[in-house]
Amino acid sequence: MAYDKFTVLKSTAVPLPIENVDTDQIIPARFLKATERKGFGDNLFRDWRYNNDDTPKQDFVLNNPIYSGKILVAGKNFGSGSSREHAAWAIYDYGFRCVVSSFFADIFKNNSINIGILPVTVSAGFLDKIFKAIEADPKAELEVNLPEQTITILPTGEQESFDINGYKKHNLTNGFDDIDYLQAMKQEIGAFASNRLY
Amino acid sequence: MSTTATTLFDKVWDAHVVRKIQDGPDVFFIDRHFIHEVTSPVAFLGLEGRGLSVMFPDKTFATADHNTPTINQHLPVKDPLSANQLKALEQNAAKYGISHWGLGNPKNGIVHVVGPENGITLPGMTIVCGDSHTSTHGAFGAIAFGIGTSEVEMVLSSQCIMQPKPQKMRIVVNGTLNKGVLPKDVVLYIISKLTAAGATGYFVEYAGDVFENMSMEGRMTVCNMSIEMGARGGMIAPDETTFNYIKGKDKAPKGDMWDKCLAYWKTLKTDEGATFDKEYMYDAADIEPMITYGTNPGMGIGITQAIPTADQVDSGKATYEKALGYMGFHEAEPMLGKKIDYVFIGSCTNGRIEDFRAFASIVKGRKKADNVTAWIVPGSHVVEQQIKDEGILDILTEAGFELRQPGCSACLAMNDDKIPAGKYAVSTSNRNFEGRQGPGARTLLASPLVAAAAAVTGVVTDPRELIS
Repeated sequence: MAYDKFTVLKSTAVPLPIENVDTDQIIPARFLKATERKGFGDNLFRDWRYNNDDTPKQDFVLNNPIYSGKILVAGKNFGSGSSREHAAWAIYDYGFRCVVSSFFADIFKNNSINIGILPVTVSAGFLDKIFKAIEADPKAELEVNLPEQTITILPTGEQESFDINGYKKHNLTNGFDDIDYLQAMKQEIGAFASNRLY
Repeated sequence: MSTTATTLFDKVWDAHVVRKIQDGPDVFFIDRHFIHEVTSPVAFLGLEGRGLSVMFPDKTFATADHNTPTINQHLPVKDPLSANQLKALEQNAAKYGISHWGLGNPKNGIVHVVGPENGITLPGMTIVCGDSHTSTHGAFGAIAFGIGTSEVEMVLSSQCIMQPKPQKMRIVVNGTLNKGVLPKDVVLYIISKLTAAGATGYFVEYAGDVFENMSMEGRMTVCNMSIEMGARGGMIAPDETTFNYIKGKDKAPKGDMWDKCLAYWKTLKTDEGATFDKEYMYDAADIEPMITYGTNPGMGIGITQAIPTADQVDSGKATYEKALGYMGFHEAEPMLGKKIDYVFIGSCTNGRIEDFRAFASIVKGRKKADNVTAWIVPGSHVVEQQIKDEGILDILTEAGFELRQPGCSACLAMNDDKIPAGKYAVSTSNRNFEGRQGPGARTLLASPLVAAAAAVTGVVTDPRELIS
């Protein structure tokens, strides 16, 4: 599915300073019953965001109008648990294009990049600085620069660089995906398959 | 010519790399692909949108499990959304010529139970599925891991995914397990030591006496939960136990092909002197029956221990307090004696025949506690039949338990098997996340023996007290 190209993103951010946020929290299993990819943003963090009677929980960050933006900043080990890509879909569909944490679960990280969300891994110290900057001013902007591989807290100018492999970076900046790449090498794959034992 | 000592993981991984991309992932060939109703429909839509077909339909196997009901499976599925997903799986499988074991098929069951029991899972394979517990199949010396729906679409259309090679970790447990300690306790113990993120970025090999002496069912339980410490997967070198399990299974190799495979499988072990990026060693004697008290699988303790205090754990205080608050527990409280409301035995972690044998060993001659609702859910129809054939059903019935029909059930509560808000469930499944077993449900992960002890006493009980 096509996604928006990612180059430089300048945005305010939504803070979620909780660790080990698993994909069951990002999107509970009972909302995985669709056969199409649409509407998942409505149920992002469903059980943290809404009461049983569907009224918003006032103390949850997504219900606080002070916070908004295209960047979600979360505590370490974000996206653990189930492989459901629906978690990444919900984050994208809600409007986030970038998730920042000091540590991501592997499958979530892969799923995110595959659909055009940039996961940015920062040091624990820098993550703290981001949380503090947002706490001091909810309108504080971050700049995520993919070509330069840097993230900057704009009000303070503090900056850190982040890792991403060259192949995925190329994909994200151009809006390509792996299927395009794999389709172009089907002959090579066919030859490989014919030499397999099973 | 000198040869380099190589790990089991490297041997299998390197044999599946079609192309290495510089400063990028490997183009990684997949031997077996399992699909189910929840994570595949959007992948098929993607294929259609791009006008692509399935490259190797005979390498993909479909089974319905995640949202199937566990009673009255002969009736139409009541939930229209679930019914729609089941129908989509059936139609997509038919359209592209993929084998499909849907609801009502005698081969139907949980994907990670039916794959091995039908001989689809073999040593040295690469196996993926849009489900993180695909790591289960690593018990056979396969590289098996969960993928997202975009990757499901990649495998369908090209039999490959793009995957950076993980780092290697070895976890060795030597010695003899104590009475009442099951494979589930071993893996909960390891996760409690490493934490829920301790193996992220790694692929694990389990080695040592404990795993060598373990049955295939036990090895599957251990490898299944590798993902719960963040690992992409876990694997165990195939040996005679593995070969004996596979031999004669429906889709297992036969005749000359068997001999050829066997010769290859015997090379699948870590060479002496091969190195890992990280290694951990544990002593089997230190492991007692385990139980979790929090909201991730790393929050586990020996059943006789007290809940740790915030300063004894690795996570931040706010995260820890949130977890205990959700569970309704307090620091330093003992787990023994806590009243429970539900017991669930089943899932891809503990839904195989050995698990029900263990459960029945404690239930036999006792009665279900009045305050307990128990859901006993076999992992497949084959397991269901074994339960009946071995007389386990009679033991269960006599004790006041009912047997349900196969499926993922209360492990993730996508069907009607939901634990009500605020209620406590001792569960043999794999995740105790908030709301995992139903909104507001509180999950205590444990082995089939601990589940049985809770089911007959109504409280968290040390199963060793009930073992004769």
